[in-house]
Amino acid sequence: MSTLLRIENLHKSFGALRVTDDVTLDVAEGELHAVIGPNGAGKTTLIHQISGLVAPDSGRILLDGADIALLPPHKRATMGVARTFQITSILPGFSALENVALAVQAREGSSFRFFGDPTREERLNAQALENLAIVNLAGRADIPAGELSHGEKRQLELAIALATRPRILLLDEPLAGTGREESERVVATLQALKGRYAILLIEHDMDAVFALADRVSVLVYGAVVASGAPDAVRADPEVRRAYLGEEV
Amino acid sequence: MRGSVAVRALPYLLFVFFAITPALAQFGAEGYILSLVMRVMIFAIAAMSLDLILGYGAMVSFGHAAFLGIGAYGVGILMSHAVTNVLAQLVAAVAASALFALVTGALCLRTKGVYFIMITLAFGQMAFFFFVSLGVYGGDDGLTLRATPTLFGTPVFENTRVLYYVIFAAMLGVYLLLRAIVASRFGRVLRGARENPVRMQAIGFDPYRFQLAAYVIAGAICGVGGFLLAHQTEFVSPAFMTWQRSGELIVMVVLGGMGSLHGAILGAAAFIILEEVLARITEDWKLIFGPFLVLVALFARGGLVGFLRRLGGRR
Amino acid sequence: MYATLILVQTLNGLQLGIILFLIAAGLTLVFGVMDFINLAHGVQYMLGAYFAYEFTTLTGSFTLGLLMALPAALLAGLVLEAFIFRHLYDRDHLEQVLATFGVILFLNQGVKVVWGASPLFVPVPDWLQGSIEILPGFFYPIYRLAIIAAGLGVAALLYFLVNHTRAGMLVRAGASNATMVAALGVDIRFLFMIVFGFGAMLAGFAGAMVAPILSVEPGMGDNLLILAFVVIVIGGIGSIRGAFIAALLIGLVDTLGRGFSTDLLRLVMDPSAASQTGRAIAPMLTYILMALVLVFRPSGLFPVKK
Repeated sequence: MSTLLRIENLHKSFGALRVTDDVTLDVAEGELHAVIGPNGAGKTTLIHQISGLVAPDSGRILLDGADIALLPPHKRATMGVARTFQITSILPGFSALENVALAVQAREGSSFRFFGDPTREERLNAQALENLAIVNLAGRADIPAGELSHGEKRQLELAIALATRPRILLLDEPLAGTGREESERVVATLQALKGRYAILLIEHDMDAVFALADRVSVLVYGAVVASGAPDAVRADPEVRRAYLGEEV
Repeated sequence: MRGSVAVRALPYLLFVFFAITPALAQFGAEGYILSLVMRVMIFAIAAMSLDLILGYGAMVSFGHAAFLGIGAYGVGILMSHAVTNVLAQLVAAVAASALFALVTGALCLRTKGVYFIMITLAFGQMAFFFFVSLGVYGGDDGLTLRATPTLFGTPVFENTRVLYYVIFAAMLGVYLLLRAIVASRFGRVLRGARENPVRMQAIGFDPYRFQLAAYVIAGAICGVGGFLLAHQTEFVSPAFMTWQRSGELIVMVVLGGMGSLHGAILGAAAFIILEEVLARITEDWKLIFGPFLVLVALFARGGLVGFLRRLGGRR
Repeated sequence: MYATLILVQTLNGLQLGIILFLIAAGLTLVFGVMDFINLAHGVQYMLGAYFAYEFTTLTGSFTLGLLMALPAALLAGLVLEAFIFRHLYDRDHLEQVLATFGVILFLNQGVKVVWGASPLFVPVPDWLQGSIEILPGFFYPIYRLAIIAAGLGVAALLYFLVNHTRAGMLVRAGASNATMVAALGVDIRFLFMIVFGFGAMLAGFAGAMVAPILSVEPGMGDNLLILAFVVIVIGGIGSIRGAFIAALLIGLVDTLGRGFSTDLLRLVMDPSAASQTGRAIAPMLTYILMALVLVFRPSGLFPVKK
């Protein structure tokens, strides 16, 4: 498997606080690489830096060999970096279908059209519906996104990300705040997506992580303290002491 | 949020009202009524253009009256050089306001929130003082339009009713144009950026480009309003572009209900007509008008349109 | 002679800056702590001037008039807060604009009804009349110096209150994170009320102080309000220090700009063009300054960390 995303020697500090401390990691095509770590370890900030919301102090972020560290978020999105947020980020006033159709529209690159009703554009809607179907939301297409349940919103956000036809998915705690049933549904969806996309997954739910991940990295105080196959990481005494020990 | 039939019919009712006003006005003080309603329609155009950026784009411009003034001066300056062709004037008015919007918008949109409000105010004030200092074109006192406007050599706008229906057509045209724009692919991106700019970036849109384009469109349309205002009053002056005037435009949009377009028309009408009616009752009409605005802000969320919708829809 | 002129204008600029600071201090706190756009802050300055006029006439003493104007301004601010503004803190900025715009209309007209439309004059108190020679051959009105001194005194007091008292600490914390302060169990409504009343009183103080050198008239706060907004935006919303520096900057730029831009331009263009351009540019200077600051520092000079 060839490397798709590679992060090299990434540094970021907020004042005296080092949130990203010389992080180097990569994600191969079709690989699901999970990043775990205690709260405040800098996981979300890491995703912010990859997607462009936070600028790193130094280091490189290579997508297929090209350094994207200085590009604005929307450029990275068009290059194939898609993400979800820890706190769901959707357009609450738009229908679920329109949320996804906008992502399709973004990819098609023809949004300086001032006439015509896009909600009647079959091509946009058909593709949007396809992506909604992947996350089992096809039946909820016409509901305003703000009125969906919490779990449905998370699913919708995933559909939006998929509709951009990403090369890599950055998922920031997709299970956070979901109930048992909902979380099983999300895990099943991720299971289905696995192998088709490169995925960088941040998650607290250890069962889900060890069930899904091809590789696991452990982030503590902004630094990677261990990285490898799930079983190896789980067995690592350092990790058990620093992190898993607290949780289990 | 399903409103009753009457609420959904509101835009049509408004346009019917404006269309038949001349027919009704002949039974009263015709000249007075027509000039009042023309003023309402012109400000409705300006307010709708502001609603595009404010209501649909969440860009609170506190300098929007500048475009009204620039459009009007486009007419005034050309007239004073004996260019009486209204088409030439219209092109000049629109081009000048669009250009001003492009240059200032490109800078303003680097800021967000309140800082955006204040930087638009700054550019509005610069435009104001620029025309105040323009001694050749009347400076502080403004410029009275003495020449007769023409279209290919034929005098136009001499008949008040003709001017009335030209303004009516312009308002209707602007309404339909903006309706189409906000519903279009472009408008959808603009509305999306209002709701959640971070999400829009994350799917590959650069909100800045769309907001700037909307800002230029709004400026150009408001320039049309300025063009009409100059012809209706036969006068142009820096007073068209004071910060108070920009504030009034915001008040019209919020009063009517932002993000609905016809709310801007309703707001402009309510503002101007109420001002006129109250001023006839008492010299101290602001003692009534001021508290009225406070009450609308406190109790009528979503402005007059929102209020009507709740009345009709029981929501 | 020219040097004297520059000195006079500099002092005048400082005096304007001090007045602007008194108005801007309350505005920036109300804005920073409560996220509330108060367009009616300028009428509170106007009310202060009218109160000073009323009580000075009543008591025959400006000092007493000023002392009575302060609690009156405070009371006016608290009344507005309790009946109107309090209900708008958690609302959209635009609804706040609508309501406070209505308050401006009402109060500008209200003072016209009560005190008449024509400008009123307040005499300079006897003990502050005349000029003193601050440099050989250079005289400056004592009262204007008193304004500068009083303003600097208030600035020092504010600095102390905000930086060295518990209430000040809460205000600073509120400016960067209001929900957090509320979570600490502080009665945020009470804090808001205090900040609001205090801001209104400062603006009223500014109005009362200028009453003897400006005419007291309806609408006198409108243009100062805009300048005060310019100040708080340049300074960074919520920052008292930023407001102080920006207020002095704006006061000086505006005053010196109006006084000398024609002369400066004459160095590079012919006199008539210079006077034409000078008159155009002078009133624009403050706005050009603000636009430049915002283009390069989109959150002002001293942004309060959010």
